[in-house]
Amino acid sequence: MTTAREQILGAVKQSLKKNNPSGDRPDELAQRLSDPKANLIPERSRLPHPAQVDLMESMLIELSATVKRVGSLDEVPGEVIDYLKTRNLPQEVRLAPSKELLALGWDDQSLLKVSTGPAREPDQVSVTGAFAAVAETGTLMLHSGPEGPTTLNFLPENHIVVLRSSQVVGAYEEGWARLRKAFGNGTMPRTLNMISGPSRTGDIEQKIELGAHGPRRLHVIIVEDGNAESGDSAG
Amino acid sequence: MSKPEPRVGLFVTCLVDLFRPSVGFAAVKLLEAAGCRIEVPELQTCCGQPAYNSGDKADTRAIALQVIEAFQGFDYVVAPSGSCAAMIKKHYPELFEKEPEQLAKAEELSARTFELISFLTDVMELSDVEAAFPQTVTYHDSCSGLRELGVRDQPRKLLSSVNALSLVELSDADICCGFGGTFCVKYPDISNTMVTSKTGSIEATGAQTLLAGDLGCLMNMAGKLQRSGSDVQVRHVAEVLADMTDTPAIGAAEGDNRNGGN
Amino acid sequence: MQSRSHSFKENAREAIADPNIQAAMAKMKVGFTGKRLAAAARLPEFEALRDAARDIKNHSLANLDFYLERYEAKVLETGGQVHWAPTAEDARKAILDICERAGAKTVTKGKSMISEEIALNDHLEEAGMTVVETDLGEYIIQLRKEPPSHIIAPAVHVSKEQVEADFRAQHQHLPAERSLSEPTDLVNEARQILRQRYLDADVGITGANFLIAETGTSIIVTNEGNGDLTQSLPKIHIVIASIEKVVPNLEDASTILRVLARSATGQEFSAYTTLSTGPRRAEDPDGPEEYHVILLDNGRSSMLGSEFQDMLRCIRCGACMNHCPVYHAVGGHSYGWVYPGPMGAVLTPNLIGVEEAGHLPNASTFCGRCESVCPVRIPLPKMMRHWREREFERHLTPKSVRSGLGVWAFMARRPALYHRLAGLGIRALAALGRRRGRFTSLPLAGGWTKYRDLPAPQGKTFQQLWAEKQKNGRAAE
Repeated sequence: MTTAREQILGAVKQSLKKNNPSGDRPDELAQRLSDPKANLIPERSRLPHPAQVDLMESMLIELSATVKRVGSLDEVPGEVIDYLKTRNLPQEVRLAPSKELLALGWDDQSLLKVSTGPAREPDQVSVTGAFAAVAETGTLMLHSGPEGPTTLNFLPENHIVVLRSSQVVGAYEEGWARLRKAFGNGTMPRTLNMISGPSRTGDIEQKIELGAHGPRRLHVIIVEDGNAESGDSAG
Repeated sequence: MSKPEPRVGLFVTCLVDLFRPSVGFAAVKLLEAAGCRIEVPELQTCCGQPAYNSGDKADTRAIALQVIEAFQGFDYVVAPSGSCAAMIKKHYPELFEKEPEQLAKAEELSARTFELISFLTDVMELSDVEAAFPQTVTYHDSCSGLRELGVRDQPRKLLSSVNALSLVELSDADICCGFGGTFCVKYPDISNTMVTSKTGSIEATGAQTLLAGDLGCLMNMAGKLQRSGSDVQVRHVAEVLADMTDTPAIGAAEGDNRNGGN
Repeated sequence: MQSRSHSFKENAREAIADPNIQAAMAKMKVGFTGKRLAAAARLPEFEALRDAARDIKNHSLANLDFYLERYEAKVLETGGQVHWAPTAEDARKAILDICERAGAKTVTKGKSMISEEIALNDHLEEAGMTVVETDLGEYIIQLRKEPPSHIIAPAVHVSKEQVEADFRAQHQHLPAERSLSEPTDLVNEARQILRQRYLDADVGITGANFLIAETGTSIIVTNEGNGDLTQSLPKIHIVIASIEKVVPNLEDASTILRVLARSATGQEFSAYTTLSTGPRRAEDPDGPEEYHVILLDNGRSSMLGSEFQDMLRCIRCGACMNHCPVYHAVGGHSYGWVYPGPMGAVLTPNLIGVEEAGHLPNASTFCGRCESVCPVRIPLPKMMRHWREREFERHLTPKSVRSGLGVWAFMARRPALYHRLAGLGIRALAALGRRRGRFTSLPLAGGWTKYRDLPAPQGKTFQQLWAEKQKNGRAAE
């Protein structure tokens, strides 16, 4: 008895014989998987790195995110407190358990209540890091892992992302290059979230509303930390 | 630089032949003025679209072969219709994909075939015409001409040279009027919804006359405008460009010619 | 889903008479199209990216067996499970088995057209499970017990007043005096209601926009974030995808993503593009413990190698229906099954048979606007014509059309006879219509004159006048 798998693959092979003279050799196909090549990359993000960071900022704003640029990581806790104050939010955040974020001087901020771990339903504000950010469309890349619970990116109404300027790249393809460097070729974290602005819907009479299910607000703190990370060029 | 007088076979189109020969004569006048020598082969009837779009490939191919034969030897084949010109230019070769000999003939005809207005501007390099039409007009881009042949700027360019004419753009100039050949009688309710939307936009321009380059679409829009009691007159763009607007507009009665210009 | 495609004409007539649908379509005509145009204009490489996207899909399809096997191997390697489903029934069974084994009571779903195609909700509900659609549009139509009317905007036909009425009827535990008049109120209420559903769910089901052979990854593209909550909170994540979704690598997916949102909503990129690979890892603080992929064929493998292969490039952006004047006239429900508009007119007969869905490829003027905006350049009108050819060959074309066409073609192939008879007929018709210049009714032209006048011919045919002119030198002008 043929399995469902054999049945489908057999039917595919049979159909392909009809009308698809395969010009692709098996080794070429395998290479497309083991050594992927970029296709056309739009010129828009082919900029010196500082201009890419500027583009990232302007794209985020266009997407209805808010952006604050600071000079160093030390300024992050203060900026978080300011953000909560101006939005009349309680001084309480759920922090991603990342070494870099935990190392910031949260304890010095007696006003702010900080806990870490995956998001729980009542959490109103999350603070996470990012893996990279793609200036081309203002897209943040965050991945799951011990330092990045995915629920933090979706459950709370407010999502604050701490992005180091060196994490900004031009195009998605440079993001993949960094991902392969971090995880190895062909290997992915369980979840990679590419986030471009707060949650939105146009499902009621095509009127855009923010905060459909995910965060209503996305705030990105861009921390200046010098140029692009070594190993890939800004293009 | 003087060019030799090209020999042009006029593909009249069945609708112009039957319903509005004046469009054919307007085409002849424009082509002759542009320096062409015109002939009208008697072997032509229709381009075959009704059969082609109904899935009747055998009859379509027979008709296509007849057209290929009828128009052998002309420097160019010109039709006062984007739809019929696109049928010959874009679709005839598709009919013979697996027969190299016929395909070669279809491609050879395709290369020589043009829609009237774009032929005048793009091939004969005409940039203005001798005509007057003291009216506000609007222009509908028929689908085949627009999307299959890229006819958009050419009629506007020539219209801008017509004395006393002013053009107001339609908000939905590039959207189908709902004609679609046999579609309008196979799906009359849908076609009516589409043409009603179109005539609403036409009325909204305040134009006195609607122009377009395809008689099928024009008859559809004219018929709807008249049914809804509109005063907007409807003409093929070639009539205005050829300064031949003394005939009643499409669907207008004898003597009901509101063009004050001629 | 039970098809109503055979009654397309009647469906269309009802939709044309429905003021809510007509109002929604009037809004949609300008909304999506304007946004797409602006997004395309902003990216100089847009047309070149469309070519690249087409080429990637063509390459993937031409080597589909290879990429499917490699994709499967990667999913297994990362701890996921793959369930091959030749038919809709196989897919339903595979999903029900997973849910039953987990003892699932509540199942949340991200928007998936394939789940509509296999009528998954009914199947799970019959087994006693509560199925909750989480995409706002899908949630609305689930409350209304309607199918989607658009592949990316399933409730585009529903007015906000209708949504308000549905919410008041369904959410009776909420205070009756609450304000629900604005879209904001409605979105907030749905957010609040669905929040608990995500947390209660035992299984989350999503579709997939792409499968990546390089990494064994599935990708979903959303704006609401509902798909992410659906797939990250329950213990089990099931992905349901049809076999043609596989592309080679991340770079290829990026290229297609660059044209997807721009074509669909006119966004540069959707708010959430989420890549999922296997279940949660040992060290992950959250995420599903099981990851299943259902690979559905349901007729696709027989489209390969046929004149409909190009249709398998479709990335479900909805641009074709957003730009279709027929869709604008009749709305999505008229098409009678899961996939409306031009892409549905080609795909539906492939999936449920041309006998049932024969109207769909016929209800087009071939205006070509769909093809002109398709991000992967599918020749939609050409494929609708292929269906008409098949119908003609198989004598499915209506008899009246066929016999009318036969008479006409007989004439058109005999020019001398044609010109003689045309001359006579036109003279008679012109004589009848001369006084008014047009006809308000005419025997055999009822399809035309029901809604519009028929312009009267001028009197003689061009061929007659031309012959006279040639004979008399210059006379006829």
